[in-house]
Amino acid sequence: MSNNKDIMRAEDFSFTYPGAPAPTLKSINLPIEKNKITALIGPSGCGKSTLLRAFNRIHDLYPGLKYDGKLLLQNQDGTMENILELKSESDLVHLRQRVGMIFQKPTPFPMSIYENVAYGLKLSGVKSKSELDGRVEEALKGAAIWSEVKDRLKDSAMGMSGGQQQRLCIARAVALKPDVLLFDEPTSALDPISTGAIEELVAELKSEVSIAIVTHNMQQASRLSDYTAFMYLGDLIEYNKTKKIFMNPDEKLTEDYITGRFG
Amino acid sequence: MKRRLTINKIILALSTLSALIGMGFLFWILGTLMYKGLATMHWDIFTKDLVNGGIRNLLVGQFVMALIATVIAVPLGVMAGIYLREYNSDGKISFVIRNLSDIMMSAPSIVIGVFVYALYVDRVGHFGGWGGIIALAIMMLPIIVSTTDNMLSLVPKELREAGIALGGSKHKIILQIVLKAAKIGLTTGILLSFARIVGETAPLLFTSSNSQFFTLNLNEQFPSLTVSIYNLATYPDQASKDLAWAASFVLTVVVLIINLGGRYLTRNRKK
Repeated sequence: MSNNKDIMRAEDFSFTYPGAPAPTLKSINLPIEKNKITALIGPSGCGKSTLLRAFNRIHDLYPGLKYDGKLLLQNQDGTMENILELKSESDLVHLRQRVGMIFQKPTPFPMSIYENVAYGLKLSGVKSKSELDGRVEEALKGAAIWSEVKDRLKDSAMGMSGGQQQRLCIARAVALKPDVLLFDEPTSALDPISTGAIEELVAELKSEVSIAIVTHNMQQASRLSDYTAFMYLGDLIEYNKTKKIFMNPDEKLTEDYITGRFG
Repeated sequence: MKRRLTINKIILALSTLSALIGMGFLFWILGTLMYKGLATMHWDIFTKDLVNGGIRNLLVGQFVMALIATVIAVPLGVMAGIYLREYNSDGKISFVIRNLSDIMMSAPSIVIGVFVYALYVDRVGHFGGWGGIIALAIMMLPIIVSTTDNMLSLVPKELREAGIALGGSKHKIILQIVLKAAKIGLTTGILLSFARIVGETAPLLFTSSNSQFFTLNLNEQFPSLTVSIYNLATYPDQASKDLAWAASFVLTVVVLIINLGGRYLTRNRKK
């Protein structure tokens, strides 16, 4: 069943942390649709971050984990490729260039603002100075931070505010022109104004990339996303259009969580 | 209530007293050094070699040995630290290496001197600069290993993940980002361990031994400031004793400056 709307899809996907007796994620089936925002919500420990981190196999940094089932990523020609079959480091590097990630805490590298954005580009093989300059500017504009930093590109990124650092991290990821961007609670360490700026940016990015976002903030999920997946104790309880999930969920558990009865 | 206040006062008084005693001895040592050292200092001692009553060759010799030892120990130690922290943090081998390294750090320095004597000096048949360098490098190695290990552990794992998520390979992220993030801590550690080995005597006593003359030939007996202080202080004539004081003073100032430099770096990082 080929479905071209899905840029990524989990099929009967299970995940076990090293040394854990039982899987953390149990047979998850979840699509990430193209040019849409999919929110993953659920109480702490439900496995939403674990799932997100599987989509670019960042888990593989730590040895001993176990994947089962399939995680599919759509190629240029429309075919689906199971990313769990990737073995070599160069294949994984290539995967991560296609599926970028933004973390909870801003993670600027200890170098200049310009270098932060250029770093990923250089890793991907861009060498010419003029192309680098162009793509760094494009990415910073894309992340709505160009006007704030254009006069201090050579300054250290460590001196920026938290919100600016987070937008820089987004610019850094956008610069690689990925197919998918994974956001792992990108605003939980930020003040409301910075949070607003990031949300606006995420909504704008939708036209170019497909987005999956983990959030603890229910309003954020309802404001931003097109689809919402509710997870609980390693199971995907319900997946549907965001409106439906928040207005009239099928499952009692989802309703209890949305209305704040637990979590 | 009253009883607790009294106990509080007693404890405060006792700890203040202990601190004062400790500081007292420290300033006594520094004071004596300054008094005796400054009284016997001449600018001449920096331009003459030991054979003519100066310490020029000794200073150069001590620094040459300590610097080459640093050049050997730092890359080895940093690479070992990277292995421990980044590649096998919880492995059995790492557990053994970490413990061995800690033990080596507290090994008496004279033992390291004897070790190098048996392993190197005895085989080549003569004292020499290389022997001193090997001994100092062995002293420095465990300090660098544990500094690197600790400093890398302070780099948040999110930074590594962010690098990997941008499409970096593990070794590139370690070399280009993690080491950069730990740079100040590493530099401080290297400076402090240099300050530590530059003032060592025991590892040099029967490895480099000492020389009265200026030389840069590492295959012959090599001039050492610390060994000279040890020798001069035991000579009966006053001129030798005076030179020992002056040399001690110079060494203390040098070590103090390097230490302060290291601390200055650390403090700036915290701001």
